[in-house]
This record gives sequence, structure tokens and C-alpha cells, in this order.
Amino acid sequence: MEFDPETDEYADSEADGRRSERTSRRADGREDAAADVTPATAEPNTASTTATPTAENEATATEIAAGATETDTAVTFDRDGLRAGFLKTIPVALGVGGYGIAFGILADQAGLSVAEAALMSATVVAGASQIVAVELWADPLPIAAVLVTTFAINLRYSLMGAALQPWFKRLSATKVYGSLFVMADENWALTMRSLKSNTGYGAFLLGSGIAVWLAWVGATIVGTVAGGVVGDPTTYGFDFILTAVFLALTAELWEGQSSLLPWTVSLATALITAELVPGRWYILLGGLAAATVEVIRRGE
Amino acid sequence: MASDALILSLDPLVVAVVLAMALITFLTKVGGIWLVRRFELSDRLEAGLTVLPGAIVIAVIGPELAAGGPAEWAAGGAVLLVMWRTESILLALCTGVLAVVAFRMAF
Repeated sequence: MEFDPETDEYADSEADGRRSERTSRRADGREDAAADVTPATAEPNTASTTATPTAENEATATEIAAGATETDTAVTFDRDGLRAGFLKTIPVALGVGGYGIAFGILADQAGLSVAEAALMSATVVAGASQIVAVELWADPLPIAAVLVTTFAINLRYSLMGAALQPWFKRLSATKVYGSLFVMADENWALTMRSLKSNTGYGAFLLGSGIAVWLAWVGATIVGTVAGGVVGDPTTYGFDFILTAVFLALTAELWEGQSSLLPWTVSLATALITAELVPGRWYILLGGLAAATVEVIRRGE
Repeated sequence: MASDALILSLDPLVVAVVLAMALITFLTKVGGIWLVRRFELSDRLEAGLTVLPGAIVIAVIGPELAAGGPAEWAAGGAVLLVMWRTESILLALCTGVLAVVAFRMAF
């Protein structure tokens, strides 16, 4: 229904001032090759310095970030973004490594060889679903249970990926989908932080994903080989890293009054779903509920 | 069982299941953005998308913290405090991990 061209036209005519700009950018977005060249040739340094929020224009910057769909923030896909993503993720990647060791130990206990566990970490790149999968691992292999659980646990990534669209709309499909291959919770969070502060680093997700991937695969091998030598990750507080990263992010994503309603809806939905439904459906449902309420609110 | 397995052995069935997991996961990762890239979004839907990051973050940590105890709550408070004062995610992260270990021993 919402995709109906008529509805779309109506929504556009409401925001009449932006209509022509939006239309022209849509034309750009369609031409993947052309859209690629344009932002890439823009000067990344200028873009990042002018876009960096300062104390004075913080409010404006937040507004721009919030309405990134309406602004023309030059999102580039270049080495600067790649490097920034990689470097900023190293501390978090070390924590991911702690979890990789735990996964390796579990995989070893489940009877997977080092090569098999490493292959899983290198190609699946989704920690929670891998840990649950090796916990389900048995002989004979419960193939359907493993695959359905993997899907259920990872479905939240659809929503996380969709949330990147306002910044990724001008990047080519190869760049977008290639970056998403290495997307995990941690580097998605750091990428959102970077894009929200208008760095315009389109390659941040790929760079941070590479850092996470290296740590994850490397630690899986260490964990599988070392077996039970390393103990429980909770001893070192590694299990708290994801919560800590996301908590830190709330401080940055808060956009004042306008965040209150969607956040409350998401929190309530997630808490109730987590009580009633096993697995990680609560993330998906919390996000969807908040987005739905926002769509309804905008319609009033 | 595990010790019998050769380090580099690759069972064809295991490889097939792992690759199927990889494909499914990749489809979940790209599925959402594929959908929104394919269709023109109305302003209302785009507004819905822009609240997603915050909403997802809240949906992740809400139940996570609710399942924790005083140690996690106190460490969570420390993370927010450090983040608010310094805006350094690294500092907040280190504080959080050290705090959770310390509080777990204390409580």
C-alpha cells in the first residue's frame, strides 16, 4: 500500500520544497554506476570536516543526521572510510575475539574440526546464531532445526541493514551487499555512530566488518585448537561488551523529545516479547513496532 | 570425539550445512535493504526507517539488562556516565567491562 505511486506522490507534494531535489536524487540512485562515481570524486576531507558536528551547531548536526534522508550528505566509499572503520573497531574486535574463542571451544566440543569451525565463522559471520547452531549440533545433524534457528536469530539483521539505507542509497549494489556480508551487531552499531555524526564514510561498515571478521575467524581457530584451556568468557566480562557498545550508542542516538515515543514503544515491545517468545525475535519486533508507530505518527 | 577429528577434516555434509547457514544469514542481512532499495519509499516510511537505529539499540539492550542483575545495571550506569562525560566509546567500553567484572565479584 505504502509503495503505491499515488500515495508516494501525495507524500511528496506535502513536502513540496524538497520534491524536485528528491526526484533528481532518485534518478541518481537508479544509475548505480553514475551514482558511484559522483560521491567518490567529491573531496572526502572537505565533506568530513564540514560535516563534523561542533559544539555550536550540534543541534543542527543532529537534525541533519536525523533527517539524513532529506539532506544531501555526501556519502563516499573510499579508503578514508575503510581505514576509519577498521581502526575504530579494533578495541571492539578484541572483545569479539573473546567471544570467538568461546565459540571455538563450543564448536570443538560439538565435534567440529578446526577447518569446519573456521569455515562457519568465515562464511556465516553472525556470532549468536553460530553459538546456538553448535549447541544444536548432534549426530545425526538436525539440519532443519539448525537452518530455521539460524534464520530466526538473524532476521533482525534485515532491519539493521534497512536502517542503513538513508546513507547507502547512492552506493552501488556490490558495495552495499558486499559490506553487509561482514555486518555484525557490533560493527553495525559503530557504523551507525559514524554515519549519524555525518562523517559520510560509506566504507566504514566494510572496514569495521573486516576488523570484526579477522578477530572472529582468528579467535575461532584459537578456541577450537586450544579447547578447554581458556575458561568462561564471563570471567573476563566479554559477555558484557555488546551491551556496553549498545548502551554507549544510546547516548549518541538520543535525539531529544522525538526519540521518546519510538524508544518507549521499542523497549516495551522488546521486554514483553522477550518474556513470551524464545530466541531473539524481540529485537525485530521492538524495531518494527517503533517504526510502525513513527509511520502512523507522521501520517497524522 | 573432538580429538579424533583431524584438524583440517571437512565432512561434506557439515560443509553443506555450514554453507546453507551462510547463505541464509547473508539473505537476512541483505533482505531488508534489498526491499527498501527496490521500492520508492514515501516520506512516512523513510521517517519510520530513521527511528530504526535507536529503536533497535533499545530493543537489544532492554531485555539484555532486564535479564542481568545489579552488577550489570551498575556497570551499565558506568558506561552511560563515561559516555556522557567523555563521548569516548573506547573509554566507555573499557569502563563497562572492568566495572562488570568488579561488580560481579562485589555483589
